[in-house]
Amino acid sequence: MTPDTDTIVDTATDTSASPRLAVAKTYKLYIGGKFPRTESGRYYKLFTGGADSGEVLANVCLGSRKDFRNAVVAARAAQPGWASAPAFLKSQILYRVAEMLEGRSSQFAAELVSMGLEPDAARQEVTAAIDRLVYFAGWADKYQQVFSAVNPVASSHFNFSVLEPTGVVAIVAPETSPLAGLVSVLAPAILGGNTVVVLASHRNPLSAITLAEVLHTSDVPAGVVNLITGDKPELLPHAASHMDVNAVVYADDDPKPLVALREAAAENLKRIAVRKNTDWVSASAADPYAILDTQEVKTTWHPIGT
Amino acid sequence: MTALTMPDLPPSPSIDQVGVHERVARLASRSIKKDAKVHALKLALSMIDLTTLTGADTPGKVKQLCTKAKQLADPGLPGCDDLPHVGAVCVYPTMVPVAKRELEGTGIHLAAVATGFPTGQYPLPVRLEDTRRAVEAGADEIDMVISRGRFLAGDVAYVYDEIAQTKAACGPAHLKVILETGELSTYDNVRRASDLAMHAGADFIKTSTGTVSPAATPEVTLVMLQAIADFHRATGKVIGMKPAGGIKTAKQAIQYLVMVRETLGQHWLHPDRFRFGASSLANDVLMQIAKQASGSYQSGDYFSLD
Repeated sequence: MTPDTDTIVDTATDTSASPRLAVAKTYKLYIGGKFPRTESGRYYKLFTGGADSGEVLANVCLGSRKDFRNAVVAARAAQPGWASAPAFLKSQILYRVAEMLEGRSSQFAAELVSMGLEPDAARQEVTAAIDRLVYFAGWADKYQQVFSAVNPVASSHFNFSVLEPTGVVAIVAPETSPLAGLVSVLAPAILGGNTVVVLASHRNPLSAITLAEVLHTSDVPAGVVNLITGDKPELLPHAASHMDVNAVVYADDDPKPLVALREAAAENLKRIAVRKNTDWVSASAADPYAILDTQEVKTTWHPIGT
Repeated sequence: MTALTMPDLPPSPSIDQVGVHERVARLASRSIKKDAKVHALKLALSMIDLTTLTGADTPGKVKQLCTKAKQLADPGLPGCDDLPHVGAVCVYPTMVPVAKRELEGTGIHLAAVATGFPTGQYPLPVRLEDTRRAVEAGADEIDMVISRGRFLAGDVAYVYDEIAQTKAACGPAHLKVILETGELSTYDNVRRASDLAMHAGADFIKTSTGTVSPAATPEVTLVMLQAIADFHRATGKVIGMKPAGGIKTAKQAIQYLVMVRETLGQHWLHPDRFRFGASSLANDVLMQIAKQASGSYQSGDYFSLD
């Protein structure tokens, strides 16, 4: 066969005739400072613009209970070290996350648009997320002073109450506001010395995974933040019944799973914090009381001179 | 004591390293679930030698360990009402009297490390006296170390003699011979040392002291199990196996049991013929048992501290 000369293209001079195949990112989980695929081998399709069908934007990991278990193991291992890190260091690390996010803001905005947000809303999401991180970075070495107390008591005791991290916290991220909303529940939990396992937004998971990449390059120690994408109704019962999860921060707007969540959580007296109907982009979502959602109060009675 | 003369031993076969790794990988992929898993977990518990071997061991700590050996977990925890006791408690010779009092009448064996554990770098008469005193004090199992330096220098006759003399010093007590495979460099050496120890009178062969890294690996264990199988075929004698050090999870333990079953058969799945030298393994196995019974993942908060 003689080659058809018309189809022979000099690729060195003419690139338009052989359009470059885009290199698509594989969105994976974030567990213990690594980005593994789901152990289950299951994925779900995300379509461009948040549609129910059409052009596939990404294949997203459909995380399993074993992925969740692995994430809890990683979070538990990281928790004592992270809790004992100096407050100032935690503050610096959160600020560093904000810096890294700022540098990648256009990537985040584009990603949010690809999932169906309007460009203006996407930009708002990103700037709100960055500002929220800076805001909570400032709180890291201040919340203890503000919320601790010296208590007047009738006996001759010096009585004081200080805060301690609850431990391993499962965060059910907001479905909408996939970046600012996630950061607004994530930052107060980790600045208080907790380690977290995030169940990311099902409809808008991509910016959560890209945020994990930012965390990974911002000196956040491995295991402090772990992120699972997947089906919330499937994963939530395991989060609720897991004996080694000490708290669940529920920021999804759907109230239906809450009853079952509270019932299962009672088994190990799990703390449940519900954040609902919040405008995550607005400054009103920047609230230091969010830190208290995942703190325990320890009160000490210290005898003083008779 | 007159030195024994080492008989001519049959040559040890050389080990196919790639083959060993492949076989271990294949056996590790077995899936053991549900009832079979619970059975395997309880079997693993009954095979554990709960061990404390530090310079900081106190009578209190040994008592605590013995208490745990007798009752591994709160019987109120899911699945924990019908647990076997562990195989043995393993301590230094000075702690034998304490452990002896605690374990009286429980059926739990009392193992003492002797012969200049962990290095064995002491004169042979001292090491034999160490053994005799441990047996007199009440140990019914002796974990001895071989002189790795002599073995590596090619003086296998010395190693044979020290094992044979220690066996004689043990009297009625069972002798476990620690090869310290982490210091033997090659699988060929492991196989040679295993054959040597079995011919010299070992009742068990054991991988490691736990003070050298790497400690027990599945690969080294497979080589030793195969040596036991060949020795059994040639002589009809039954030798036990004890991997020690680095076995921390229930999943690992089950993989070891699969190897034992596939290499030596059903009869070796018994605490008289197979043991785990481990201290943190027990809690992970207990948590898996509770997980199987309750359906929810467990937390270390509800199990004893090691």
